[in-house]
Amino acid sequence: MAEFLYLYRGGESPKSPAEGQEVMQKWMAWMKELGEKGHLKAVGSPLEKTGKLVSGKQKVVSDGPFAEAKDVIGGYTLVTAKDIDEAVEASKGCPIFLANGAVEVRPILQMNM
Amino acid sequence: MEPHQQSEGREGAELDPQLFRHESGRMVVALTRLFGMHNLALAEDVVQDAFCRAIEVWKFSGVPANPSAWLMATAKHRAVDILRRERTARTYAPELTRMIESEWTLVPTIHEVFEPHAIQDDQLRMMFSCCHPRLREDARVALVLHILCGFSVGEIAGAFVSGLAATEKRITRAKKVLAKSKKLFDVGATVEFSRRLADVQRALYLLFNEGYHGASAESAVRVELCREAMRLTSMLLEHPLGNTPGTRALAALMSFHAARLPARVDASGQLNSLPEQDRSTWDKGLIADGVRLLELSATGDKVTEYHVEAAIAAIHAQAERMESTDWGAIVALYDTLMTIRPSPIVALNRAIAIAQKEGPERGIAEIGAIVDRERLAGYPFYFAALGELELRRGRPEVARGQFAAARKLARNEMERRFLEGRVKACGM
Repeated sequence: MAEFLYLYRGGESPKSPAEGQEVMQKWMAWMKELGEKGHLKAVGSPLEKTGKLVSGKQKVVSDGPFAEAKDVIGGYTLVTAKDIDEAVEASKGCPIFLANGAVEVRPILQMNM
Repeated sequence: MEPHQQSEGREGAELDPQLFRHESGRMVVALTRLFGMHNLALAEDVVQDAFCRAIEVWKFSGVPANPSAWLMATAKHRAVDILRRERTARTYAPELTRMIESEWTLVPTIHEVFEPHAIQDDQLRMMFSCCHPRLREDARVALVLHILCGFSVGEIAGAFVSGLAATEKRITRAKKVLAKSKKLFDVGATVEFSRRLADVQRALYLLFNEGYHGASAESAVRVELCREAMRLTSMLLEHPLGNTPGTRALAALMSFHAARLPARVDASGQLNSLPEQDRSTWDKGLIADGVRLLELSATGDKVTEYHVEAAIAAIHAQAERMESTDWGAIVALYDTLMTIRPSPIVALNRAIAIAQKEGPERGIAEIGAIVDRERLAGYPFYFAALGELELRRGRPEVARGQFAAARKLARNEMERRFLEGRVKACGM
């Protein structure tokens, strides 16, 4: 089994309280499904949309966001899967797609070869 | 301090489906109380922000044990931020200005405003604010739905089958009227209170009717509107000054109608007329509530339209069979209603009751005698009533024409299907 990180990018805000509740419940159902299929290694966390960027030899500190709104990472989840194809397939149930967002699937580099 | 995972994540399935909508209303009123009515938009932004945070966190951690407390804590936290940062940049609620200005009293004031009993009071005050005399009735209903029930503009447009742009304009304009008064309406024993109470009752009545008779094709939406009207009416009942005989009669009326709601539209979305309804599916508990409330409404010297309508609904709800309905009593009640609140629709219903009692010819004659009959020209059930009576009178070909006219006016698929069925019932 290999490990992968799901990075949740972008996605529009719900347009009403009812829609928000629906979206949230869809996410919870999807997380539960990931767990039941044995993919869930760590639920992960949401991320604030803003922060600081420290960069270069000068250690210049600047304010985020660091990407266009549609690319901002809103959270991450650690999953396990046979290979990247399976990890990609498992990501397709993510409700972020309903809100025009994206899931970036990144293999975790294996330490022991 | 950011509230965090107070318990093991729960599954969303057991969550009250109205939780977000209702919490939206509660947070908006508390924040409006704090910021002042003129800052309603700011209050709405804070609520939106609290929901976004809740969704982000709960997606991962599950719903906390007390989701309401979590949301309230998040909203309070944002409110403190804003009030500290923009203390002098804006003016807030006039009666709280001094409390907000001092760091000593800021946080306790916010906590007080968010106490459940304070929120309960402020929801009622907001209900009265929304029924501002300068607003039209439809604007009042839209505002109540938007602010207190957490419906978005799009959802309101959908429920009322009206255009999005027109609904948006109506609500924006109505909010501007509200913003002119900085405070929520004062609920006290004043002349203004009793005057506006009638408008509040009327708005709740219209909200309920929109759910019961309205144009939306989705029965779920309609049940939702009825339920909201009942929730707000019971809020009014809980307030000593709001609990008048008229409010009790209104609540009784809603209970009787709500009892029949499941039979009126069946699981397949089929509209059933009164004679076709399976009376065993009427909700006995709600009928009992209606009876109790109607008894409690029989005090004082004022008979409101709600008293009369509730009495009519009570007769229907308590008749075991269509044939055992006391049509004489119903006609007499419609006569009274015509003196209290005359309208072509009331006159039409009166004519239908007369037909039940004295035969279809008399009914048709009564319909022909309705003074402002032309105002019914766009109402599908006007033609449907004529069709029904013609059919009963033995003139199926005339009936067929009436039902066809009704079908053309149908406001949604459910009504269309129902009227199509009536056209077919005329044979040929």
